[in-house]
Amino acid sequence: MQCAALAEGAVRRPATLSLRAVSVKAGGADVLVDVDLELSLADRTVVIGPNGAGKSTLLLAVHGLVPVSGGSIRVDAQPAVRRHFALVLQKPVMLRRSALDNVVHALRVAGVPPQGLALRAREALEDVGLGYVAERPARQLSGGEQQRLAVARANALDPDCLLLDEPTSSLDPGAGAAVERHLLQLSARGRGIVMATHDLGQARRFAQTVVFMHRGRVIEVGEASAFFARPRSEPARRFLAGDWLD
Amino acid sequence: MNDWEAIFTAVSALALGAEGALWPIVALSLQVSATATLLAATLGLPLAAWLVLTRFRGRGAIIAVLDGLMGLPPVVVGLTVYLLLSRAGPLGPLGLLFTPAAMVIAQTLLVLPVVAALARQTLEDEVRDCGTYLRSLGASRAEVARTLLWEARFSLVTAVLAGFGRAAAEVGAVMIVGGNIDGVTRVMTTAIALETSKGDLALALALGIVLVAVVLLVNGFAHSVRHYAMRRFG
Repeated sequence: MQCAALAEGAVRRPATLSLRAVSVKAGGADVLVDVDLELSLADRTVVIGPNGAGKSTLLLAVHGLVPVSGGSIRVDAQPAVRRHFALVLQKPVMLRRSALDNVVHALRVAGVPPQGLALRAREALEDVGLGYVAERPARQLSGGEQQRLAVARANALDPDCLLLDEPTSSLDPGAGAAVERHLLQLSARGRGIVMATHDLGQARRFAQTVVFMHRGRVIEVGEASAFFARPRSEPARRFLAGDWLD
Repeated sequence: MNDWEAIFTAVSALALGAEGALWPIVALSLQVSATATLLAATLGLPLAAWLVLTRFRGRGAIIAVLDGLMGLPPVVVGLTVYLLLSRAGPLGPLGLLFTPAAMVIAQTLLVLPVVAALARQTLEDEVRDCGTYLRSLGASRAEVARTLLWEARFSLVTAVLAGFGRAAAEVGAVMIVGGNIDGVTRVMTTAIALETSKGDLALALALGIVLVAVVLLVNGFAHSVRHYAMRRFG
């Protein structure tokens, strides 16, 4: 079943996410440095880079969850606001309630009107094949089911773009593949996706656009097949070759 | 007579109602301590959530003071409340001194730091787990507080039970502000103190056993509910 919110095809989706000279500092250290990016929200964008590259911080900054010390983040030339995005974290946050109530809670807190809220939540669950666990406590679901629930919960908010921070890194290959499959389905229906990962295999399978980061800077941005075939920067070449980047 | 035999006889007499005053004392003890705990939880849980979710100058000092107040001496609280409620005190016209209400006030002041400090620590852990997620939904501070309190409800039971234990076990504050008046403000702890001073150690110990049994029963029940709920809701 298709999520009702996504079925409203007539609604025009924003097209572009732009970051201009975005910097983030934490504890006096530069976590993001002058990040310039122009991403199509219709694409599946994968942000890759070694640990500490600033991938997660980039997602949090885009969602307004960490203060930026400089620069601007815009969606179609307008300042980005929270409702443009929904976040899925590496370790899914499961509230102590049923899977269905987790989605209902997210919708309610996000300010969705109460009419039809439960139906919308149930559709979101069925969208990722979790209709059968709707009434079960979310914390008792398997790791893969929990992450799919997190995706369903974020998708139910009907954002323009899902921000996913290494959503499969703590899952076994089968569960990770199931999450990936559902993300591809959502992407095919027009949901924008920006995903951070350090799994190169996943990046190759999933990405249409790749953002390569290192030490808080965006080193390279490009079409995925071109990036993996001919990385332009030395750090990207070394990263793809499996070298350790200091 | 053997000491243990005397204690056993006294406990039996208490339980079987030979000491007719026991159950009103037990009832008043539970009523005062439960009311104080309820009031302390009503004030302390939102206070804990506020401390977790708000950043301001002096927050660390407030937390340190709150933690320190967990060890507040009951007699000091009793004396302070006594001075406030005594005829010459600012709250004297209320006429609350030597009433169960005065005992509730004193115990609330004792229990409040316990509940608030333990709850704050629990909520700090909770906000580390789901704070980013809740903020990503655009939740207001009040909504975040509400969700955190609900999510931590099983752990918060422990904080509230610790508060109840503190209230039920203290004697200094209720003795000062209640006066240990038979049939009016006599609770188990003050009765134990009285029997000890009269030299009736067997009866005092028997009352102590009843007190411990009551506290264990309340805690056991609450823990059973918590255990069941955690299995049910994860």
